[in-house]
Amino acid sequence: MKTIILRTASNYLLPVLLLFSIFILLRGHYLPGGGFVGGLIAAIAFVLHSFANGLKNTKSLLRFHPGFLMPTGLALSFFSGLSPMIFAGDPFMTGLWYHGHVPVLGSIGSAMFFDMGVYLVVVGVTLTIIFTISEAP
Amino acid sequence: MEILLAILVGLLYASGIYMILRRSLVKLIIGIILLGNGANLLIFLLGRITKGLPPIIPENSKVFLEAYADPVPQALILTAIVISFGLQSFAIILVKRAHKVVRTDDLDEMNATDEDS
Amino acid sequence: MMQQLIIYPLLFQLFLSIVLMFFWNKISAQKVISITGSAIAVILSAYVFYYVWENGMQKVNAGNWDAPFGIVFVADTLSVTLVLLTSLSGLAVSIFSAASVIKDRLRFGYFPIFHFLLLGLTGAFLTGDLFNLYVWFEIIIISSFVLITIGGEKAQLEGAVKYFTLNILASTIFLTAIAVLYGLTGSLNMADLAGKVAAVENRGLVEVAAILFLIGFGTKASIFPLYFWLPASYHTPPAAVSAIFGGLLTKLGVYALIRVFTLIFVGDVFLGEILLVLAILTIFSGGVGALVQNNVRKVFSYLIICHIGYMIAGLGMFTEIAITGVIFYLIHDIMVKTNLFMVSGLIFKIKSSNSMRALGGFYANYPKLSLLIFIPLFSLVGIPPLSGFWPKISLIGEGFKTENYWTVAAIIFASFITLIIIAKLWAEVFWKDPKEIPEKPKFEYFSDISKARKTQFILPIVFLSLISLYIGFGAEHIQLLSSRIANELMNSQQYIDTVLNNS
Repeated sequence: MKTIILRTASNYLLPVLLLFSIFILLRGHYLPGGGFVGGLIAAIAFVLHSFANGLKNTKSLLRFHPGFLMPTGLALSFFSGLSPMIFAGDPFMTGLWYHGHVPVLGSIGSAMFFDMGVYLVVVGVTLTIIFTISEAP
Repeated sequence: MEILLAILVGLLYASGIYMILRRSLVKLIIGIILLGNGANLLIFLLGRITKGLPPIIPENSKVFLEAYADPVPQALILTAIVISFGLQSFAIILVKRAHKVVRTDDLDEMNATDEDS
Repeated sequence: MMQQLIIYPLLFQLFLSIVLMFFWNKISAQKVISITGSAIAVILSAYVFYYVWENGMQKVNAGNWDAPFGIVFVADTLSVTLVLLTSLSGLAVSIFSAASVIKDRLRFGYFPIFHFLLLGLTGAFLTGDLFNLYVWFEIIIISSFVLITIGGEKAQLEGAVKYFTLNILASTIFLTAIAVLYGLTGSLNMADLAGKVAAVENRGLVEVAAILFLIGFGTKASIFPLYFWLPASYHTPPAAVSAIFGGLLTKLGVYALIRVFTLIFVGDVFLGEILLVLAILTIFSGGVGALVQNNVRKVFSYLIICHIGYMIAGLGMFTEIAITGVIFYLIHDIMVKTNLFMVSGLIFKIKSSNSMRALGGFYANYPKLSLLIFIPLFSLVGIPPLSGFWPKISLIGEGFKTENYWTVAAIIFASFITLIIIAKLWAEVFWKDPKEIPEKPKFEYFSDISKARKTQFILPIVFLSLISLYIGFGAEHIQLLSSRIANELMNSQQYIDTVLNNS
């Protein structure tokens, strides 16, 4: 599927879709959205890019193996769950909130970092799965 | 609406189990997918279908003022969907590998595990 | 921090798997981390066990949401005992895997997945929420799918297809049961469900939900008509993987059955009778299946099924002494079955075969090792004073008292048939004149490997055999533990109060 239209479009769509996925990720606190959906959208952006430009180009664009995102995301989620135990003495995964207004994000809490971890894990897992399926002869 | 959904759930379960009972590996995966969707719909159906607001109590009140939708079934379905996503992608890769190594699509011919060794 | 002690084993396993994932390509580092981590996990779970033994049941509301709305983690004596046993088996198998699993398999993330499996088991034993239990079950089966297929040999993939299909079907049925129960009661917390299910008027639907749970968990525990995936798949992966599967995964199904039928669906006579009939059939089919097998690991696979029958029978009788026997048997069985599959791996490493016909002369060549293997083998049979003997007394005695003579007959039959099978195995593998097995060209024999790796092969077997001996000779301690667990299970009010008391 190496048509010039798709290739040109995917180059523009990649940053737009990534930005959209981050929007969906941050929106997830009060409205439909969140880490899982955002992660899927980000993964779709890369998949589209690989459709148009071939797997090799997408991999060189990513620079590191997507599998590496899995432990990173898991670690982020794990420590965001652990933070209330360390800082406040509350049970595992209690929400910790910074009650000031932050521009763009609204308010920051440990739940946001948990969601970011989910986002990274989903991107990592989905890309690993899809790359493996399309690579295998 | 409930009746329709109940019939749909029944159909999904029936066709899912029928597909699992077939001998082809690909149909096995289709059966698993159908069965998973049936289970998700069943949770949705049994969690009572209501048109309502998110279950948030207004700040100046102690009770819900309007009809609200139960969020638990939605959370359960979301979790179940994520899990079945993982399982199904695993299943597809497993079947692909199995087909490559065993060189057959027929479950009846997969009997190396019963050989006497 | 102290009141959250009970989830530390769980968090530690998660931490361990994340760290191991960062070392994806560095196998020797993974081995070191996995073994030291498992040792720390044993210490942690032992401390949690001691704490709960001294201070009674504990619970943690995850996310600080009060029960019944949030997810709770509950540590009663049964949970912490099983968590301790999981970490003990985990340590043994971790050492054994480091020596026995070949590099080509370790490269694909064997150790991280292995610790995810242990994480799932720890979580499943500790959770007090039905849907959360489902999620832990899924974590376990996904990890086990990876472990069973790692390596990708022909028999392995075929076994994996069968294992995969039936386990997914069981999970879907479990999910269906949860849906029905949620529709009936609007709750998922097990302690909360205990009260609400008893108050439901539509008893027919409750019965349906109970049977769905029985089918879902029964498939995982491999009871009578649902066990066919087990002998088709457990002998295909490396011995270390079979060890953790045979020791813990089927027992998880038994644990779930015990939990659900002592807490939520209590005192159902119809269900008790079904359990008894299934138990007798399970014992019979497992025993007869084991009798005709020739592969050592297949024999052990069928023996798993046969001995699951004991536990189901005790659960069916549903008296305090019977449950004591079940718990005792559970403790003994986890240790012995893990050990036996490791023994089968050791035999394979020495002789490059697991076929009873081809093997022989083990005792002449390795007398000390044979004496070591004697311990788990005959613990399984239950020759007094070894560990398998004591729980059977409780079960048989209770069978007479409740006049379930068929069950008593089945248990005695199973003991005999196990004795015959193990005696046959002993004669064939250890005493028979040695046979010439043609040497495999690329196989790395036990005699060729370094002394350190030989120790790694034998050490876990010694470790678990010592625990088995302790269970046998220190039976009064285990009996005390089991009767306390049985008492807690039969008087579930204590559990319910602990969970729902939100002070």
